[in-house]
Amino acid sequence: MIRSSNKFKWRHKHLLGLRELTREELEFILDTAEGFENISTRSVKKAPPLRGKVVVNLFFEDSTRTRISFGLAASRLSADVVEFTKKSSSVSKGETLIDTARNLEAMGIDTIVLRHGAGGAARLLSRSIDACVVNAGDGFNEHPTQALLDVYTIRKHRGSLDGLKIAIVGDISHSRVARSNIWAMTKLGAEVILVGPPTLMPSKVNDLPVTVSYDMDEVIEKVDVINMLRIQFERMGGNLFPTIREYARFFSLTVDRMARAKSDLIVMHPGPINRGVEIESEVADGNNSVILQQVSNGLAVRMAVLYLVNQAAANKAKGK
Amino acid sequence: MYTGNNILIKNGRLIDPANNVDQICDLFIKDGYVSEIGQLDNDCDHVIDATGKIISPGLIDVHVHFREPGDEEEETIASGSMAAVAGGFTSVVCMPNTKPAVDDATSIEFVHRMARQARKTFVYVMGAITQGRKGTDLAEMGLMQKAGAVGFTDDGAGIQDASIMTRALKYASMLDTVVSQHCQDLSLGSSGVMNSGYNSTVLGLPGMDPLAEEMMLWRDIQLVKRIGVRYHAQHISTAGSVKIIREAKQQGVPVTCEVSPHHLLLTDDCIYEYDTNYKVNPPLRTKADIAALREAIKEGVIDCLATDHAPHLKSEKELEFLAAPFGIASLECALSLYVKALIEPGIIDWPQLLALMTHKPASIIRIEKGTLAKGSIGDVTIIDPDAEYTINAEKFYSKSRNCPYHNWNVRAKVERTIVAGEVRYSAD
Ligand SMILES: [Zn+2]
Repeated sequence: MIRSSNKFKWRHKHLLGLRELTREELEFILDTAEGFENISTRSVKKAPPLRGKVVVNLFFEDSTRTRISFGLAASRLSADVVEFTKKSSSVSKGETLIDTARNLEAMGIDTIVLRHGAGGAARLLSRSIDACVVNAGDGFNEHPTQALLDVYTIRKHRGSLDGLKIAIVGDISHSRVARSNIWAMTKLGAEVILVGPPTLMPSKVNDLPVTVSYDMDEVIEKVDVINMLRIQFERMGGNLFPTIREYARFFSLTVDRMARAKSDLIVMHPGPINRGVEIESEVADGNNSVILQQVSNGLAVRMAVLYLVNQAAANKAKGK
Repeated sequence: MYTGNNILIKNGRLIDPANNVDQICDLFIKDGYVSEIGQLDNDCDHVIDATGKIISPGLIDVHVHFREPGDEEEETIASGSMAAVAGGFTSVVCMPNTKPAVDDATSIEFVHRMARQARKTFVYVMGAITQGRKGTDLAEMGLMQKAGAVGFTDDGAGIQDASIMTRALKYASMLDTVVSQHCQDLSLGSSGVMNSGYNSTVLGLPGMDPLAEEMMLWRDIQLVKRIGVRYHAQHISTAGSVKIIREAKQQGVPVTCEVSPHHLLLTDDCIYEYDTNYKVNPPLRTKADIAALREAIKEGVIDCLATDHAPHLKSEKELEFLAAPFGIASLECALSLYVKALIEPGIIDWPQLLALMTHKPASIIRIEKGTLAKGSIGDVTIIDPDAEYTINAEKFYSKSRNCPYHNWNVRAKVERTIVAGEVRYSAD
């Protein structure tokens, strides 16, 4: 079931981000995910590897998609899934993440899938508890499984990311998806171009292994993949660009722009889409769009991640 | 506070930068004051052999946080005072950002009373510039000065409003006191938790722009030029700030500044694991900033070395990086840290280092301390400059352990701290 599983032993009991993973490790996750993909198309959509394990979805921020995807992935591997959502997205004194996690751990859980508003929260958690920690998005830091499903989707279409030109468009500075994407895509051999107004670029962006462009029209013609990030209106209070209308004029993926793109351009979006803002409906639903495939691939990738971190934990326990 | 003990310190390297003294000799302290220097054989209660050691005026730190009132579980004036003498400090200046803020005469008196009870180090205090440190209405600076405030600051928050700052400076000029500023223009990003740069981008943490510090510093200096009042920039951290201060001094503006050990030793590279012990305000900057600060110390552009000793509870530092409080507890290892940052790389020598930790800080707050001239107060720090040891935050006298230097191997140990002629700390 699991391709190339004897290539090497997976040793990370946590998945905190993609920055610290090697190309070989990234490929190993993707290979593992491929082995899990067919489970979703079987009549009995379950496999036994995590039977008897408990996975907690610990979400401090709303994210229906990611939460459901992780929940389904865990249950397809026969784990019990516990939902724990805490709506206070803001981090505040006195409400400690570690206390919450230690309480959960005392109830005998094996894996925590954490979504949190603070960068580094997953890393903090991994230092404080024994259970496996899977980062489901922490602040503006990383969203590793989203990037894994992105590169998985690209690899499925092109066989490899080597030599591909990929544009990531939108609010780079507040995007954990962009950060994880940059690490994964460049390690897998792609060239990444960040596109958006300078107000949405983080500081020292040129020190990242990327190029930056402010001109969507110039970029659209030369890329193989375009990943349109969601514009987070709630973060736009700071006047990061003049108006939505102006943003769309400069950076939206429109039918007109698509006409000048390579015919086999892959169009991606981490969702949910603001139709007509980042991307016109015809393009989102068009032939080049793989947006729904991203969602289904997310399941296989998350199954692979849950499976691997639990394997690593089991191996570590044996090692002791 | 003065005791009748007579102490003879024999055969040490006596360094008194205020008087250009650097020689092997003896020091006699009588009735709490420096009585004689030379080859001595006086009758006394207590003899200390200082062979191979440095005899320095007691160290002075113009920037500490003792958290009382309000956060006594983090530090009290008593525990902080003990930490101070263990670090060789015979005088410290508490910042007013307690809860409630030290913004009236009563609270100044409270700090002094607690310090007298602790009976360890001399504790001075700066009053808040504005009521409740809110940055809007001037606090009773005159009454606080009468109660003993040695200067004024809203430390932790710079005065954002230029017109309030103008009034504060004008009013302070009448009192002939010093206004001390935590330079940070919040309009340039108020949510930052680390230096803005490559590392903040990679870690996905909101950054603090170096310009936020430099803009307020530059603004204040323009105001000071016009008004004519002593101004002190706290814990400057960027190469740009160094440049601004250097130019201001060349123009004769009455500006002084301090640095903290962490801005000379640590960079924002340290934050890679989101370890909140490295979360400090102003934030850790870059190698280039460290180089500029060290160079400025060599040139004499920086007037004193402070600690910004900022103790916090472990449980608070265990929070997410975004939520954890800013600060490093460093009083007890500060001298060794400065030796590592400045003497070991050959930037300055011992007399220069001690000048920055004794009479120079004393002159900023206008206290008659920091020298071993005959007749001055018997505040003495005896240092073994060659002793090597490992910093152990678990053993701090401070109530807090938030110290990124835990387990560092360092040199120069404080052997004894004598305050007003009484041994208040002894390493053995
Ligand atoms: Zn400060």
